[in-house]
Amino acid sequence: MYRTGDFEGMVAETTAVRGADGDLIHAYFARPMGPGPFPGVVLVHHMPGWDEWYKEATRRFAHHGYAAICPDLYCREGHGAPEDVMAKVRAQAGVPDDRVVADLAGCVEYLRALPILNGKVGVMGTCSGGRHTYLAACRAPGIDAAVDCWGGGVVMGPGDLSPNRPVAPIDYTSDLSCPLLGIFGDDDRSPTAEQVNQHEEALKQHGKDYEFHRYPNAGHGFFYYDRPAAYRAEQAVDGWANLWAFFEKHLGATA
Amino acid sequence: MCTYIVEKTGISGSGKGAGGWFSVDHAYVSYDHPFHVQLEHALNIDFVNEASGLDARVAVELTRESARSLAATILQALERADAHEAAAESPAG
Repeated sequence: MYRTGDFEGMVAETTAVRGADGDLIHAYFARPMGPGPFPGVVLVHHMPGWDEWYKEATRRFAHHGYAAICPDLYCREGHGAPEDVMAKVRAQAGVPDDRVVADLAGCVEYLRALPILNGKVGVMGTCSGGRHTYLAACRAPGIDAAVDCWGGGVVMGPGDLSPNRPVAPIDYTSDLSCPLLGIFGDDDRSPTAEQVNQHEEALKQHGKDYEFHRYPNAGHGFFYYDRPAAYRAEQAVDGWANLWAFFEKHLGATA
Repeated sequence: MCTYIVEKTGISGSGKGAGGWFSVDHAYVSYDHPFHVQLEHALNIDFVNEASGLDARVAVELTRESARSLAATILQALERADAHEAAAESPAG
């Protein structure tokens, strides 16, 4: 619990982690000052890329007492303005799922190697990052809790599969290895309410530990205060509150 | 979430980007998340020079309706351009 009399400080900087194929990729790492122990969180950026919103979100996690790392999943595509990098990724129809999962596994390993960690690591992401979060929670080791915010494409038809995305994430549901929090807007079109229903049904079928929060009058990306048409303040405040409670429950109290 | 709807075509010409004029060799037409326009998805056109770096790009992000209007307008102008060129190439008389 934040108290005004507490000493507060954080370290936030660009670092590098080993990802898929042993590649070193950039990551933004923010942690509270001090020895901890702190829970760890990997933030999985959205389709618009490794942008200011995600850097701010990473620092927000550090402010809340987490050692937080956000990898640049587009690092191999080059560097420039986030929108130019996004355009290149958009032009190549995304990045390979297998590469992303391995990059996220590398971030989990990075956090687990730190002496400040309390032994727990969560993963959270939005948009394509929500989908990637779910994939990582099903396929990568060492994840204790996952938060999927409006990850579309968890449910995919045969026509949606591609070399970059060869398997629908919902098909990995039996392998989900940790509790899952889902945050969705009822007006979203990807995922649609029906696709969220299908995802929930699969989780029930496999007896998984999950909680879904579905918000009326909200669509895709309703946390994004820099996207006025998408932002929904009331739903976002409640969504963040549910996220903090979920991580505190599954990753332990922050120092 | 991303639609991954993207089409690519080779083009020949020039575009003016943040760093000035450059030759363009490809255009990507996607219907996916835009960066600037306040839409969940937009019809995005990126005119790029693939060998010249990520910032060698001229971008527009359009509503579907305006993109359709643009496409029709380009075809109309091309019809007139073709007629103009045909007339110029025909023997004077």
